[in-house]
This record gives sequence, C-alpha cells and structure tokens, in this order.
Amino acid sequence: IASLVMYLFAEFDDAANLLAANPDATTISIDEPAEIPKNQHSRRQEPGREEDDELLGTDDSDKTELLAGQKKSAPFWTFEYYQTFFDVDTYQVLDRIKGSVFPVPGKNFVRLYIRSNPDLYGPFWICATLVFTIAVSGNLSNFFMHLGKPTYHYVPEFRKVSIAATTIYAYAWLVPLALWGFLMWRNSKVMNIVSYSFLEIVCVYGYSLFIYIPTAILWIIPQKVVRWVLVMFSLCLSGSVLVMTFWPAVRDDNRRIALATVGTIVLLHALLALGCLAYFFDAPELDFPAPITPTHNVSTVITKSR
Amino acid sequence: FAGLADVSISEDIPVEGEITVPVGSHSPDEDYSTLDEPVRETIMRDLKAVGKKFVHVMYPKKSSALLRDWDLWGPLVLCVSLALMLQGGSADSKEDGGPQFAEVFVIIWFGAVVITLNSKLLGGTISFFQSLCVLGYCVLPLTVAMLVCRLVLLAGSGTVSFIIRLIVVVAMFGWSTLASTAFLADSQPPNRKALVVYPIFLFYFVISWMILTFTPQ
Repeated sequence: IASLVMYLFAEFDDAANLLAANPDATTISIDEPAEIPKNQHSRRQEPGREEDDELLGTDDSDKTELLAGQKKSAPFWTFEYYQTFFDVDTYQVLDRIKGSVFPVPGKNFVRLYIRSNPDLYGPFWICATLVFTIAVSGNLSNFFMHLGKPTYHYVPEFRKVSIAATTIYAYAWLVPLALWGFLMWRNSKVMNIVSYSFLEIVCVYGYSLFIYIPTAILWIIPQKVVRWVLVMFSLCLSGSVLVMTFWPAVRDDNRRIALATVGTIVLLHALLALGCLAYFFDAPELDFPAPITPTHNVSTVITKSR
Repeated sequence: FAGLADVSISEDIPVEGEITVPVGSHSPDEDYSTLDEPVRETIMRDLKAVGKKFVHVMYPKKSSALLRDWDLWGPLVLCVSLALMLQGGSADSKEDGGPQFAEVFVIIWFGAVVITLNSKLLGGTISFFQSLCVLGYCVLPLTVAMLVCRLVLLAGSGTVSFIIRLIVVVAMFGWSTLASTAFLADSQPPNRKALVVYPIFLFYFVISWMILTFTPQ
C-alpha cells in the first residue's frame, strides 16, 4: 500500500509539473493509477480508455512524446532510469496481452494500451517464454511422432534452445530497430502525424508474439492441416495488431512505400512463424490420425490424448 | 504459512557467516581467537551455516536467516552437483544431446541474475545477493529429484520409471517454486507479485525439464 501511495504522489508531482506546460496532458497520467489494480475489472476500464482515445484524436503525438520525455528524466547510467521501463502492474501487463490477442478493429494497440508507458517486462519475458515453449513443444512433438518406432532413441535436443533464443530475441529487437530507423527517416521527409518511440515499437512487437505461445503448444498435434490452420490464425491475429499499429504511421507517405512497409512487416512475421514450425517440428509424414502401433516399452498412457 | 506474519529475531539465534554482522556482541579478543582456532572449526562453522540453510529450504518457514546471512557456497555446490549429474546422457551425438555442463551452469546462474534484476527493476526491496542466495538454495529440491531420477533410471527406463520420475520432478518443482516464493514474495510491491513470481516459475520449469528429459546412454 505504501508503495502505491508513493506512486500516486509521484504521479501528482509529475502532473503538477506538466500542468504549466500542457493542461491536457494530465488527463492521461492520472488515469492509470487512480484505478484500483484488480485484474478482473480490466474490461470495465475499456470504455473510459476509448473515450480518452476519442479526445486525444491523432494529433497527440507531440504530447505523447513530451510525456515520454518527461518520464525518463534520470540519467541513463543510474538504476532508476531502467526502472522506468518496468513501471507496470500485473493488471496492466494482462491488459496488454489481452489487447494483443483480441485486436479491436480500428483501435491502435499503442494508443490504447501503451499510452506513453512502454515497458520492457512484457517483451522480454514473452520472448523468454516463447523460446522455451517452442523448444519444449518441438521436442515433445517429435517424441510423440516417432514413438513406437524401433530405431528411435529420444534426445532432448538442447542445442535448439540456443538457436530458438537467438532467433526470437533477434527478431524482437532488431526488426523494431530497423523499423524505427526507417520510420524516423521517412518522418524527416514526410511530416507524419503519428510517430512512435523505439520502446513503443519494441513493446508492440513483444506483445504481438504472445499469440505464438499457445500456438506452439498446440503445434504438438502432429497433423499438417491443424498446424497450418493454427499458423494462419495466429498470423492473422498478431499481424493485424501490427498492421493496425503501423498503418497510421505510414499512410501519409507515398502509397507504394506505405504498402511495402506494411507488407514487409507482415512478411517477416510470417517468416518467423513458418521458420519455427519448419525447424523445430518435424513434418508429420502421414496425414491420418496417430497409428495404433504396437508399443515396445512405453505405453499409450502418455500419448493417447485425442 | 499463515500465522507467521510477524517475524521477530530473538537474541539467542547464533550468528553465523560473516563476522561483520552488526549484532555487536563480539569483543575484540574474539577476533584474534578465530586465527588461533583449529582449521576444522573454521570450516565446520561455514558448513553448519550452509546446512542450516538447506534445512530452511526443505521446511520453508518465514525465517530471516536465509535472507540475512546470505552465502553462495550452497548454490555453487548444488549447481555443480546438478550439472555433473546431468552429464553422461546421449554423449555420442554431440549435436542433439542433453545440456552440457557449461550450459547448465550458465542457465542457473544467468537465470538467477536475470530474475533478481527483474525483481529489483519492478521495485523489490531485496538485495541482489540475498535474492541470488535464495534462488540458488531453492534448487535443492530439484537436485534431490535429479538424484532420485538417476537412481530410478538405474533400475530401468520403461513407462513405470518414467511415471515415477514425472511425479517426483513435478513435486520437487512445486516445492522449489513455493519455497522461493515464500522467501521472496514479501519484498515485492503488492500489485506486482505475479510479475515477479512468474519468472521464478519459468526458471524452475526449465530446470525441471532438463532433469525430466535426461536419458542415459
């Protein structure tokens, strides 16, 4: 409770500082901590946020940038500077995850959920979970598929964890870096209405990877059709989050460049999903349900899940 | 752990570990005597401290001994023994075998450091080495599970052995997570507890997975 009270006082201080500069900005910062952090009531906060979104419109990018600049006032070599990137509560993280899994058509993920408070907790731990989920699911799926074959000897395939980690972290950090650089470059040429900070882009990418976690678990099912349906479904969901986030940032640009940018974003996302599916999960050779093979030493207690 | 909301440190808990703990009942004469005491006594003092912490982990009560007098000997011993026991599986195929010694070491220590940084960045009040100490000591149940798994695998590697290993590893995983949460949960801000507990869960899950998938050649 004491920490929550301190947090509220800090927010009021910030709001007072900003009041001289920009009266409208206070409506954003006071909104979040005033709501009591109970995860179950997150749905009720949605209408309030949508109203704020209407009020803000699309020409609030400079206010957002101002707020973002205000938050990180500690010098970068102190610990407090990095603490500002972890300034989220449990319910906020859960909200952001929900927002990435159920994209509301027309609503921007960054505007709706991030709101100048990008965090690094979500991207980092979602990537870590995804790395281990893919490695474990791939291992399990191969185990179940080759079960019962006399020549098969189970190996834990631990190498693949480091490969998964490199791939996913590289995707979650280098692609946002490239995209941010590209948007900054275009911003200098064409005055875009909406612009994102680097951390907000990292945040969007990190949270958009969340849908792949249940997808990877479901990929254990060794049916080609099922896997492709899952890939398409999760690609649509997370791809739409990304598209709806970045389309406003490029739509004022040359039409072809805008389409090329959005197309590249979706393409890279698809490549990640398909690459993981191809590398970590062996292709099921046959498309009929798991054959009832005579078991040698492992019974079907574990495998019989259908 | 209900009913243990208030921890008061009585005066007769023996001070162990660092001599610079400011409980302040040491006279200057005692400093000289540790130089003259037999080596066995010096070593036994540290060993007893480590052993006491092992007991604290196996029966996690809200005691501050684990947090106050942190040491990293216990985690080192546990980590090395776990990494050694995870060797010897699938040694022929160097590509797709189990984790190497260095990999287990790095995962445990780097994972513990990352979790500690995470909890500090989220506003936790525990110190860096105290958190490392707790996370390292709470690997003890999983080390016991590894020992049991190796013994069970000596008997055979069929379904029954797999089910026994599964039950043992799951139980020890739960024990580890609950023990470390019991020690670390108090130092976190109340509305971020789940954010801090989840990485600990992931950490012990990965270690449990490595133990469960150990297959000897």
